[in-house]
Amino acid sequence: MLSVMLGEAWHAMGCNRLRTALTMLGMVIGVGSVVLMMAIGQGAQYAVAQTISTMGSNLYVIIAGWTQQAGVRSGGGYGFTLRLGDADAIEELDGVSLVAPAHQGTQQVVYGSKNWSSVIVGTTPAYLEARAWSVASGYGMDDSDVRSATRVALVGKTVVESLFEADEEPLGKTIRIRNTPFTIIGTLAPKGQNLDGRDQDDTIIVPLTTAQRKVFGVPFAGSIRQIVVQAESNEAMPAVEKSVTALLRQRHRLRADQDNDFYIRNLAAAADSAAETTRVMSLLLGAIASVSLLVGGIGIMNIMLVSVTERTREIGVRMAIGARQKDILAQFLLEAIMISITGCLIGLALGIGSALAVNALTDMVIVISGSAVLVAFVVAAGVGVFFGFYPARKAAALDPIEALRYQ
Amino acid sequence: MRVDAEDNVIRVARLTKTYETAAGPFPALRGVDLDIRRGEYVAIMGPSGSGKSTFMNLLGCLDTPSSGEYALVGRNVAHLPGDELAALRNRTIGFVFQGFNLLPRMTLEDNVALPLVYAHVEREERRRRAREMLARVGLEGYARSLPARISGGQQQRVAIARALINGPRLILADEPTGNLDSHTSEEIMTFFRELNDEGITIVLVTHEADIAAHAERQVRFLDGLIVSDRPTPRMEMPTC
Repeated sequence: MLSVMLGEAWHAMGCNRLRTALTMLGMVIGVGSVVLMMAIGQGAQYAVAQTISTMGSNLYVIIAGWTQQAGVRSGGGYGFTLRLGDADAIEELDGVSLVAPAHQGTQQVVYGSKNWSSVIVGTTPAYLEARAWSVASGYGMDDSDVRSATRVALVGKTVVESLFEADEEPLGKTIRIRNTPFTIIGTLAPKGQNLDGRDQDDTIIVPLTTAQRKVFGVPFAGSIRQIVVQAESNEAMPAVEKSVTALLRQRHRLRADQDNDFYIRNLAAAADSAAETTRVMSLLLGAIASVSLLVGGIGIMNIMLVSVTERTREIGVRMAIGARQKDILAQFLLEAIMISITGCLIGLALGIGSALAVNALTDMVIVISGSAVLVAFVVAAGVGVFFGFYPARKAAALDPIEALRYQ
Repeated sequence: MRVDAEDNVIRVARLTKTYETAAGPFPALRGVDLDIRRGEYVAIMGPSGSGKSTFMNLLGCLDTPSSGEYALVGRNVAHLPGDELAALRNRTIGFVFQGFNLLPRMTLEDNVALPLVYAHVEREERRRRAREMLARVGLEGYARSLPARISGGQQQRVAIARALINGPRLILADEPTGNLDSHTSEEIMTFFRELNDEGITIVLVTHEADIAAHAERQVRFLDGLIVSDRPTPRMEMPTC
């Protein structure tokens, strides 16, 4: 029985090919856009998750606050409120696993006849550890480099590509930063973009002391611009934030009515909000695409209603020779479902194809998950049943006498 | 009663049908009594609006009466639910329409086999019986043709094959020659004659006297009532 009805539904679809194709087009576009939008949305989520995993986990960055000198206020991070002693004191707090004072800024770097503007980070070995940043070749720096302010540098992938020829070995070469020669002792593993879209590989890491003396210059000895603090665990983070704040306020001798003269940035919170943003974006994309699926469903209902009216006499004949109401219902429902599923399959192919094309033509990350495809398919079949039901019921409810008389 | 019922394919008593119209209730049938025995060949006649179409719809289980009794092959069917009426139309009754009513997009074989689909007969069996039936109406070479490719007379023969395929006890023919020329009409009527000779009960609605003359018994309707019920006078048989 089912095979006969499937055959008939297939036959009926083939009888008015243009109309069937146009009806299907709604489903094709609907399913195709759902699949494409979900691929893009999930791709964005994936990209953000990748970026977050390169940041290092459970990190706070404490940034020096602004200062005011004769009415001129400096921006955040350019005051001189943080001191090396602050970093040492934070290290003693409970729940803190790593502390790395840092001083960073952009400087022109010269090698031979080439030059390049790059971010210079003067810091301690703990920085690399906190950021989970490994050394790809050569050696990392150690505490003695910081103590004796050696002129050594670790360079990121982008810096290597900008200053050296493809076949040139950067290790052991000397680059000049603000006329100070630095020897490259290691190269950093690639990390890609951070959440702001900045290229993290365009970085040169040097000992904090060397950076302060030779590169940036510090008006007050021992002042630093930021401190990277890693908590022992995610659970320990709120407590660490509290105790760090209390400690710094105490050390800076701030009265209760004074604002903090430093900022604490929670990188995990920033990561969460970035992840949340992309999640909302992919939901939104999916929702918009779903509307086109709905419109496609209404198109199916529309055509099925026309089809029922056109075939009223046929329905009457079928009833007269013994079709029960549920036979007629099943026939038209099956036809709607077949149109919608066929449209869905074509839409899936188109959606996946265009997602792959987007991936090939742009550097956008796309993720085609089986669950997204399955959801699109189930929804499409559901749309077929939902929007096919009303016309099918209308057909089944026809009075056979009236239907036979219909011209 | 049971023996009686076996003998009567149709037994109708005090049958009424009232339609609700905008102008109030309209009584299309006002109490009809009629028995049709097995193997009878009955012509139902009457002008438009006489109630004969309403009566045929009730006989064909396409509609249910407002009141009264209708026993089909001994079974009271006046108030059966829709699915059981559909089963009766499928197995007990064969319909032949004025407009043939073949499904235009199906082959003749599939058209003839369609009642078997609703009777849940297997595909091979359907095909075998449909071809057999097509051969019986003289169209064995046309199994894969579409209805539009053959003449009106041939289409009506296919429709008769479809009516016969499930082995019905009763053939209901509503103006079966209304769309045919006189020569083809004669052919169809001869075919009905042969079917009746094989023992199938035939009820034929017509308003043409020479078509009605093929039947053995003529029932005349007027204003929702039977006004005459008599055997066909033999000497009036038209000669062609």
